Amino acid sequence: MFRHAAKLLRRPVPTTSPAASAVSRRPFSSDLPAAETADPAFVEAWKKLIPNIDPPKTPLSFMQPRPATPASIPTKLTVNFVLPYASELSAKEVDMVIVPATTGQLGVLPGHVPTIAELRPGLMSVHDGNDVTKYFVSSGFAFIHANSFADIIAVEAVPIDRIDANLVQKGLAEFTQKVNSASTDLEKAEAQIGVDVHSALNSALTG
Amino acid sequence: MSAPMPFWRAAGMTYITYSNICANLVRNCLKEPHKAEALNREKVHFAISTWKDGKAEKPVIRSDLAED
Repeated sequence: MFRHAAKLLRRPVPTTSPAASAVSRRPFSSDLPAAETADPAFVEAWKKLIPNIDPPKTPLSFMQPRPATPASIPTKLTVNFVLPYASELSAKEVDMVIVPATTGQLGVLPGHVPTIAELRPGLMSVHDGNDVTKYFVSSGFAFIHANSFADIIAVEAVPIDRIDANLVQKGLAEFTQKVNSASTDLEKAEAQIGVDVHSALNSALTG
Repeated sequence: MSAPMPFWRAAGMTYITYSNICANLVRNCLKEPHKAEALNREKVHFAISTWKDGKAEKPVIRSDLAED
Protein backbone atom coordinates (compact mmCIF):
# COMPACT_ATOMS: atom_id res chain seq x y z
CA MET A 1 0.00 0.00 0.00
CA PHE A 2 2.83 2.39 0.86
CA ARG A 3 5.22 1.05 -1.76
CA HIS A 4 5.28 4.36 -3.63
CA ALA A 5 5.28 6.61 -0.57
CA ALA A 6 9.06 7.13 -0.50
CA LYS A 7 9.13 7.95 -4.20
CA LEU A 8 6.19 10.33 -3.93
CA LEU A 9 7.79 12.17 -1.01
CA ARG A 10 11.02 12.61 -2.97
CA ARG A 11 9.36 14.15 -6.05
CA PRO A 12 9.91 17.87 -6.67
CA VAL A 13 7.19 20.15 -5.32
CA PRO A 14 5.53 22.02 -8.21
CA THR A 15 6.37 25.69 -8.14
CA THR A 16 3.48 28.10 -8.41
CA SER A 17 5.26 30.96 -10.22
CA PRO A 18 3.56 31.58 -13.61
CA ALA A 19 6.82 31.54 -15.58
CA ALA A 20 7.76 28.10 -14.29
CA SER A 21 4.31 26.65 -14.95
CA ALA A 22 4.30 28.10 -18.47
CA VAL A 23 7.55 26.32 -19.26
CA SER A 24 6.43 22.97 -17.91
CA ARG A 25 2.97 23.25 -19.49
CA ARG A 26 2.20 20.19 -21.57
CA PRO A 27 1.41 21.21 -25.19
CA PHE A 28 -1.82 20.18 -26.91
CA SER A 29 -1.45 17.25 -29.26
CA SER A 30 -2.94 19.57 -31.89
CA ASP A 31 -0.10 22.07 -31.50
CA LEU A 32 2.40 22.05 -34.35
CA PRO A 33 6.14 22.15 -33.62
CA ALA A 34 7.99 25.43 -34.01
CA ALA A 35 10.88 23.96 -36.01
CA GLU A 36 11.56 21.12 -38.43
CA THR A 37 11.15 17.78 -36.70
CA ALA A 38 13.52 15.50 -38.63
CA ASP A 39 15.65 13.34 -36.36
CA PRO A 40 19.28 14.31 -37.24
CA ALA A 41 20.73 10.98 -36.05
CA PHE A 42 18.30 9.07 -38.29
CA VAL A 43 18.96 11.32 -41.29
CA GLU A 44 22.71 10.88 -40.87
CA ALA A 45 22.42 7.09 -40.60
CA TRP A 46 20.17 7.03 -43.68
CA LYS A 47 22.61 9.18 -45.71
CA LYS A 48 25.45 6.81 -44.79
CA LEU A 49 23.50 3.73 -45.84
CA ILE A 50 21.53 5.01 -48.87
CA PRO A 51 23.25 8.14 -50.14
CA ASN A 52 21.32 8.32 -53.43
CA ILE A 53 17.80 8.42 -51.94
CA ASP A 54 16.35 11.17 -49.74
CA PRO A 55 15.23 10.10 -46.28
CA PRO A 56 11.48 9.36 -46.09
CA LYS A 57 9.13 12.15 -45.11
CA THR A 58 6.57 11.82 -42.35
CA PRO A 59 3.20 13.59 -42.42
CA LEU A 60 4.57 16.05 -39.88
CA SER A 61 7.35 17.16 -42.22
CA PHE A 62 4.77 18.21 -44.81
CA MET A 63 3.09 20.58 -42.35
CA GLN A 64 4.38 24.09 -42.11
CA PRO A 65 6.04 24.75 -38.78
CA ARG A 66 4.45 27.44 -36.68
CA PRO A 67 6.19 30.12 -34.61
CA ALA A 68 6.77 29.47 -30.94
CA THR A 69 4.63 31.35 -28.44
CA PRO A 70 6.00 34.92 -28.50
CA ALA A 71 6.80 36.76 -25.26
CA SER A 72 4.56 39.72 -26.17
CA ILE A 73 1.05 39.36 -27.55
CA PRO A 74 0.98 39.80 -31.36
CA THR A 75 -1.40 42.35 -32.87
CA LYS A 76 -3.11 39.89 -35.22
CA LEU A 77 -4.72 36.50 -34.88
CA THR A 78 -3.87 33.91 -37.56
CA VAL A 79 -6.95 31.94 -38.56
CA ASN A 80 -7.30 28.71 -40.53
CA PHE A 81 -10.93 27.94 -41.34
CA VAL A 82 -11.34 24.58 -43.03
CA LEU A 83 -14.33 22.70 -44.48
CA PRO A 84 -14.22 19.12 -45.81
CA TYR A 85 -14.40 20.40 -49.40
CA ALA A 86 -12.71 23.80 -49.18
CA SER A 87 -10.26 25.94 -47.27
CA GLU A 88 -12.23 29.09 -46.53
CA LEU A 89 -9.48 31.00 -44.72
CA SER A 90 -5.88 29.91 -44.92
CA ALA A 91 -3.47 31.50 -42.43
CA LYS A 92 -5.39 34.76 -42.65
CA GLU A 93 -4.37 37.47 -40.21
CA VAL A 94 -7.40 39.08 -38.59
CA ASP A 95 -8.21 41.13 -35.50
CA MET A 96 -10.83 38.89 -33.94
CA VAL A 97 -13.09 35.94 -34.60
CA ILE A 98 -16.27 35.15 -32.70
CA VAL A 99 -17.17 31.45 -32.81
CA PRO A 100 -20.40 29.86 -31.57
CA ALA A 101 -19.16 27.46 -28.89
CA THR A 102 -21.54 25.15 -27.03
CA THR A 103 -20.87 27.26 -23.94
CA GLY A 104 -21.84 30.51 -25.69
CA GLN A 105 -20.37 32.91 -28.22
CA LEU A 106 -16.58 32.80 -27.83
CA GLY A 107 -14.64 35.88 -28.87
CA VAL A 108 -11.03 35.07 -29.79
CA LEU A 109 -8.46 37.86 -29.78
CA PRO A 110 -4.67 37.54 -30.18
CA GLY A 111 -3.14 36.11 -27.00
CA HIS A 112 -6.19 34.04 -26.11
CA VAL A 113 -5.54 31.17 -23.69
CA PRO A 114 -5.20 27.83 -25.48
CA THR A 115 -8.60 26.17 -25.69
CA ILE A 116 -10.50 23.54 -27.62
CA ALA A 117 -14.14 24.45 -28.08
CA GLU A 118 -16.98 22.41 -29.58
CA LEU A 119 -19.10 24.50 -31.91
CA ARG A 120 -22.88 24.53 -32.09
CA PRO A 121 -24.95 25.66 -35.07
CA GLY A 122 -24.61 29.43 -35.11
CA LEU A 123 -23.06 32.57 -36.45
CA MET A 124 -19.31 32.90 -36.78
CA SER A 125 -17.91 36.34 -37.55
CA VAL A 126 -14.41 37.27 -38.65
CA HIS A 127 -13.41 40.85 -37.84
CA ASP A 128 -10.55 42.47 -39.73
CA GLY A 129 -10.39 46.23 -39.33
CA ASN A 130 -13.83 47.44 -40.40
CA ASP A 131 -14.53 44.31 -42.46
CA VAL A 132 -16.80 41.78 -40.83
CA THR A 133 -17.35 38.47 -42.64
CA LYS A 134 -20.20 36.40 -41.28
CA TYR A 135 -20.55 32.66 -41.76
CA PHE A 136 -23.14 30.22 -40.52
CA VAL A 137 -21.42 27.05 -39.24
CA SER A 138 -23.37 23.83 -38.69
CA SER A 139 -21.07 22.19 -36.12
CA GLY A 140 -17.40 21.53 -35.61
CA PHE A 141 -14.49 22.40 -33.39
CA ALA A 142 -12.23 25.39 -32.78
CA PHE A 143 -8.65 24.88 -31.64
CA ILE A 144 -7.06 27.99 -30.18
CA HIS A 145 -3.30 27.74 -29.71
CA ALA A 146 -1.08 29.71 -27.34
CA ASN A 147 0.82 31.35 -30.23
CA SER A 148 -2.32 33.25 -31.42
CA PHE A 149 -3.16 30.69 -34.09
CA ALA A 150 -6.74 29.48 -34.35
CA ASP A 151 -7.81 26.41 -36.33
CA ILE A 152 -11.54 26.23 -36.96
CA ILE A 153 -13.06 23.18 -38.61
CA ALA A 154 -16.70 22.78 -39.58
CA VAL A 155 -18.75 20.23 -41.50
CA GLU A 156 -20.71 22.88 -43.38
CA ALA A 157 -20.31 26.63 -43.32
CA VAL A 158 -21.83 29.21 -45.65
CA PRO A 159 -21.68 32.98 -45.91
CA ILE A 160 -24.78 34.33 -44.21
CA ASP A 161 -26.22 35.94 -47.38
CA ARG A 162 -26.65 32.54 -49.06
CA ILE A 163 -29.35 31.43 -46.62
CA ASP A 164 -32.96 31.53 -47.76
CA ALA A 165 -35.17 33.03 -45.01
CA ASN A 166 -38.37 31.42 -46.37
CA LEU A 167 -36.89 27.91 -46.23
CA VAL A 168 -35.71 28.57 -42.68
CA GLN A 169 -39.23 29.57 -41.56
CA LYS A 170 -40.72 26.54 -43.30
CA GLY A 171 -38.17 24.18 -41.71
CA LEU A 172 -38.67 25.68 -38.26
CA ALA A 173 -42.45 25.16 -38.46
CA GLU A 174 -42.02 21.63 -39.79
CA PHE A 175 -39.60 20.51 -37.07
CA THR A 176 -41.53 22.21 -34.25
CA GLN A 177 -44.50 20.10 -35.29
CA LYS A 178 -42.30 16.98 -35.55
CA VAL A 179 -41.06 17.39 -31.96
CA ASN A 180 -44.62 17.02 -30.73
CA SER A 181 -45.50 14.09 -33.00
CA ALA A 182 -42.26 12.09 -32.54
CA SER A 183 -42.77 8.69 -30.92
CA THR A 184 -39.26 7.29 -30.28
CA ASP A 185 -36.34 8.94 -28.49
CA LEU A 186 -34.27 8.98 -31.68
CA GLU A 187 -37.01 10.69 -33.73
CA LYS A 188 -37.51 13.19 -30.97
CA ALA A 189 -33.78 13.98 -30.86
CA GLU A 190 -33.69 14.38 -34.66
CA ALA A 191 -36.63 16.77 -34.53
CA GLN A 192 -35.00 18.66 -31.66
CA ILE A 193 -31.79 19.06 -33.71
CA GLY A 194 -33.97 20.40 -36.53
CA VAL A 195 -35.54 22.96 -34.21
CA ASP A 196 -32.13 23.98 -32.83
CA VAL A 197 -30.52 24.40 -36.26
CA HIS A 198 -33.45 26.34 -37.71
CA SER A 199 -33.75 28.61 -34.65
CA ALA A 200 -30.02 29.32 -34.92
CA LEU A 201 -30.42 30.08 -38.65
CA ASN A 202 -33.39 32.29 -37.88
CA SER A 203 -31.60 34.28 -35.18
CA ALA A 204 -28.51 34.57 -37.40
CA LEU A 205 -30.65 36.11 -40.15
CA THR A 206 -32.66 38.44 -37.93
CA GLY A 207 -29.99 39.30 -35.36
CA MET B 1 -15.65 14.66 -14.70
CA SER B 2 -19.26 14.20 -15.74
CA ALA B 3 -20.29 16.88 -18.19
CA PRO B 4 -24.02 16.91 -18.92
CA MET B 5 -24.74 14.61 -21.83
CA PRO B 6 -26.21 16.34 -24.89
CA PHE B 7 -29.77 15.25 -25.70
CA TRP B 8 -28.72 13.67 -29.02
CA ARG B 9 -26.07 11.57 -27.25
CA ALA B 10 -28.67 10.39 -24.74
CA ALA B 11 -30.85 9.30 -27.67
CA GLY B 12 -28.03 7.05 -28.94
CA MET B 13 -26.64 9.26 -31.74
CA THR B 14 -22.92 9.60 -32.35
CA TYR B 15 -21.23 12.94 -32.92
CA ILE B 16 -20.79 12.10 -36.62
CA THR B 17 -24.52 11.46 -37.00
CA TYR B 18 -25.36 14.64 -35.16
CA SER B 19 -22.97 16.85 -37.14
CA ASN B 20 -24.07 15.35 -40.46
CA ILE B 21 -27.74 16.00 -39.64
CA CYS B 22 -26.86 19.60 -38.73
CA ALA B 23 -24.88 20.06 -41.94
CA ASN B 24 -27.69 18.61 -44.06
CA LEU B 25 -30.29 20.90 -42.52
CA VAL B 26 -28.08 23.91 -43.23
CA ARG B 27 -27.56 22.78 -46.85
CA ASN B 28 -31.33 22.47 -47.32
CA CYS B 29 -31.83 26.10 -46.29
CA LEU B 30 -29.55 27.62 -48.93
CA LYS B 31 -30.60 29.81 -51.84
CA GLU B 32 -30.92 28.03 -55.15
CA PRO B 33 -27.65 27.93 -57.10
CA HIS B 34 -25.72 27.23 -53.89
CA LYS B 35 -28.20 24.66 -52.61
CA ALA B 36 -27.97 22.41 -55.69
CA GLU B 37 -24.19 22.74 -55.63
CA ALA B 38 -23.93 21.84 -51.93
CA LEU B 39 -26.28 18.86 -52.25
CA ASN B 40 -24.46 17.57 -55.35
CA ARG B 41 -21.17 17.69 -53.50
CA GLU B 42 -22.50 15.30 -50.89
CA LYS B 43 -23.62 12.61 -53.34
CA VAL B 44 -21.89 9.25 -53.16
CA HIS B 45 -21.52 6.43 -55.67
CA PHE B 46 -19.86 3.15 -54.86
CA ALA B 47 -20.05 -0.60 -55.37
CA ILE B 48 -19.88 -2.92 -52.39
CA SER B 49 -19.46 -6.68 -52.47
CA THR B 50 -19.10 -9.12 -49.59
CA TRP B 51 -16.54 -11.93 -49.73
CA LYS B 52 -17.53 -15.52 -49.00
CA ASP B 53 -15.21 -18.56 -49.13
CA GLY B 54 -12.49 -16.52 -50.80
CA LYS B 55 -14.75 -15.29 -53.60
CA ALA B 56 -16.45 -11.96 -54.13
CA GLU B 57 -20.22 -12.09 -54.36
CA LYS B 58 -22.22 -9.98 -56.78
CA PRO B 59 -21.46 -6.30 -56.12
CA VAL B 60 -24.28 -4.04 -54.95
CA ILE B 61 -24.10 -0.54 -56.38
CA ARG B 62 -25.12 2.19 -54.00
CA SER B 63 -25.69 5.53 -55.65
CA ASP B 64 -27.30 8.90 -54.98
CA LEU B 65 -26.87 9.99 -58.58
CA ALA B 66 -30.04 11.00 -60.41
CA GLU B 67 -29.47 9.01 -63.62
CA ASP B 68 -29.23 5.60 -61.87
